[in-house]
Amino acid sequence: MLHLRGLTHRYRTGPALEFPDFDAVAGERIVLGGPSGSGKSTLIALCAGLLSPQSGELCVAGLNLARASVSERDAWRGARLGVVPQRLHLSASLTVAENLVLPFLSVGAPVDRPRLRMLLDALDIGALAERRPHELSVGQAQRVALARALARRPTLLLVDEPTANLDDEAASAVLALIDRCARDGESGLLIATHDTRVTRTWPEARALRLKRPMAEPVA
Amino acid sequence: MTLPGLAWRFLWARPLVAALNLALLTLGVAAMVFLLVVGAQIERSLQRDLAGIDLVVGAKGSPLQLILAGVFHLDVPTGNVPLAAVQTLRGNPMVAQVIPLSLGDSLRGFRIVGSSPDYLALYGAALTRGRLWMAPLEAVLGHQAADELAMEPGHRFAGSHGLGSEGAAHASSPYTVVGILAPCACVLDRLVLTGVESVWAVHEAHEAGHEQGTEQADDEREVTLMLVKYRSPLAAVTLPRWVNAQDGLQAASPALESARLFRMIGVGADVLRGFAALLMAVGALSVWVALLHAVRDRENDLAMMRMLGAPSRRLAALVGLESLWIAVLGSSAGLALGHGMAELLGTMLARDRSLAVHGLFWTVGELWCLLAVLVLAALAAALPAWRVIRLDVTRLLQSPS
Repeated sequence: MLHLRGLTHRYRTGPALEFPDFDAVAGERIVLGGPSGSGKSTLIALCAGLLSPQSGELCVAGLNLARASVSERDAWRGARLGVVPQRLHLSASLTVAENLVLPFLSVGAPVDRPRLRMLLDALDIGALAERRPHELSVGQAQRVALARALARRPTLLLVDEPTANLDDEAASAVLALIDRCARDGESGLLIATHDTRVTRTWPEARALRLKRPMAEPVA
Repeated sequence: MTLPGLAWRFLWARPLVAALNLALLTLGVAAMVFLLVVGAQIERSLQRDLAGIDLVVGAKGSPLQLILAGVFHLDVPTGNVPLAAVQTLRGNPMVAQVIPLSLGDSLRGFRIVGSSPDYLALYGAALTRGRLWMAPLEAVLGHQAADELAMEPGHRFAGSHGLGSEGAAHASSPYTVVGILAPCACVLDRLVLTGVESVWAVHEAHEAGHEQGTEQADDEREVTLMLVKYRSPLAAVTLPRWVNAQDGLQAASPALESARLFRMIGVGADVLRGFAALLMAVGALSVWVALLHAVRDRENDLAMMRMLGAPSRRLAALVGLESLWIAVLGSSAGLALGHGMAELLGTMLARDRSLAVHGLFWTVGELWCLLAVLVLAALAAALPAWRVIRLDVTRLLQSPS
C-alpha cells in the first residue's frame, strides 16, 4: 500500500528532503510525524501524486508514482485516494449535499446516491445536507469533509492534522470516527500529525517519523 | 448536478457581479440586434417601394425630395406639373409606362393619392374586399390605413387639405370607400388610393367655393409627379437629361437618390453600430475580469476538485462553461430586448404613418452577432482557464498560518 525507497525531494530554494525507507501493507494505519520543516506536507503531496518524486521509489495504493503520468495520477487519485486536508476546503458556494457530489463530478463518474445516503447517515450529517459550509460547526464540517473523502471508497485515506485546535473530547471523537470509517471501508490510513494524542489513541499504528534536514530548515 | 450545473452554481455564487456582467452583455447585444433588425427592415421596405420605378418626374426642386415624396410618401412634394407633361412623357419612345400621382390631401395622417390602377399593379397589390375605384370620389384603402381608421367599404369620409392631420376638411366633397387592399408590405399599406380625377374634383369644388368657375379645362389640370418605367436600360442615360431640359420638370433616379440617402444615413448607422460593438466588447471585457476574479476566489474549490481527481482540462471546461452560460443568457436576453425595442419603434412609427418595422423580423446579421458573442466568451475564458490549468494543488496542504 505504501512503499518508499530512497525518496528525496528538493524545492527550488531550501535543502533536499530525504525520506526514510518504509513499507506498509494494505489496510495498515500509519501515523506520519516529525518536527515542522521535516517535510510532512511534502510527503503528503508526493503520496497524493501532486508532486513528482525526484529520485527514489514511491508506490502508493497500487500506483508507482515515480513513473505515472499526470493524467494517470489524476485518475488514480480520484479512484483510490481520499484526502481530508487540515483546512477541509469545503466549497462555500455549494451546499453540503453538493459538496459531496464533487468527488463524482470531478472525475465524471455517475453519482453513487446510495453510498452518499449511507455516509450521511453513518456520519450523522443527514440533517445538514442543505446547509452551506459556513452554517456548520467545526466538528460538522470535519465530518462532511470525511464523507467527501470516503465517497468513492478509497484504498487509502489521507488525513492531515485532524486534531489540531481540538480539545481532548473533540479530538478523541474525531479519531474514533476516522477509526470507524477506515475499518468500515477497509481503507488504509495515513494520518499526518504532531499531536501525541493520536499515537496514544492508536498505539498499534505504524509510525513514520521524519527528521529535519541537515541544513537550516525552511518553515 | 452536472458540470454545466456546477458552472451555473459557481456563476450565481456572486449574484450581483453575475447580474452586472449579464446586463452589460445584454445591452450590447440588444443594441446591435436592434440596429440590425431595424436597418434590414427599413432597407428592405425601401427597396420594395423602389422596385419597378426607374425614374420619378416632378416639379423642379430637390431630387431626393421628389423620391421621398413620390415613392416613399414621407416628404412633401416639390410642386405640381401640368397634365400635358404626362402626355409628353408618354409620347417619348424610351418610356414604357407613366403612372401619374396627385398628392396634397390626407385622411387623419394617411395620404390620399390620386393615381391610376397601374399604381396598384406596380406593387402587385390585390383587393381583399370590395372593388377598385371607377368614378371620382371613390377610394380604396391600404391595409394599415383601413385597419387603423376602422373603415369598411361603404363608409364615407372627407379628406383634409394638406399632408398633416390639421388641414381644413373638404367636407363638401366626401369620398366613399369601395375597396380594401390586402397587406403588401409596401408603401400602399398606409395610403388612401383614388383616381387622379377625384383629386381634381375635390379641389375644383374647393376653389368653386372661393371663385365662380366650375370645371377646369384639361390644360389647366395638374398632377404632382409621375413614376416612369423605361422601355430599355439605355433610357437611363438620356431620358433624365431630356426631362431636366423640359421647362419646369425635374427627373430623379430612385436608384441614385436612395443610394445617396443610404450613404448619408449610413455614416450615422455605422457610428451607432460601432457603439453597439463597443458595448459588446465592454461586456466581454467585464466578463473576462469577472472570470479572472472568480477563478482567483475559487482557487481552493478548483484545487480541491483536482485533489478529488479532476483532470485540469475538466476544470478549464468548467471555467469555459461559466463563460458560456453568461454568453447564452446575455445573447438570449439581448435578442429579446433588441426585438422588443424594434417592436416598440414599429408602434411609434406606425403612429406617425411612417415605415413599417416589426419586432418579429430576423436577419442573418444576428447570427453573426451571436457568433461574435460566443467568440468573445471563449476569449474571455481563455486566460482564466489557463490559470486553472496551472493551478498549484499543494496549496491545499499548507497549514493555516
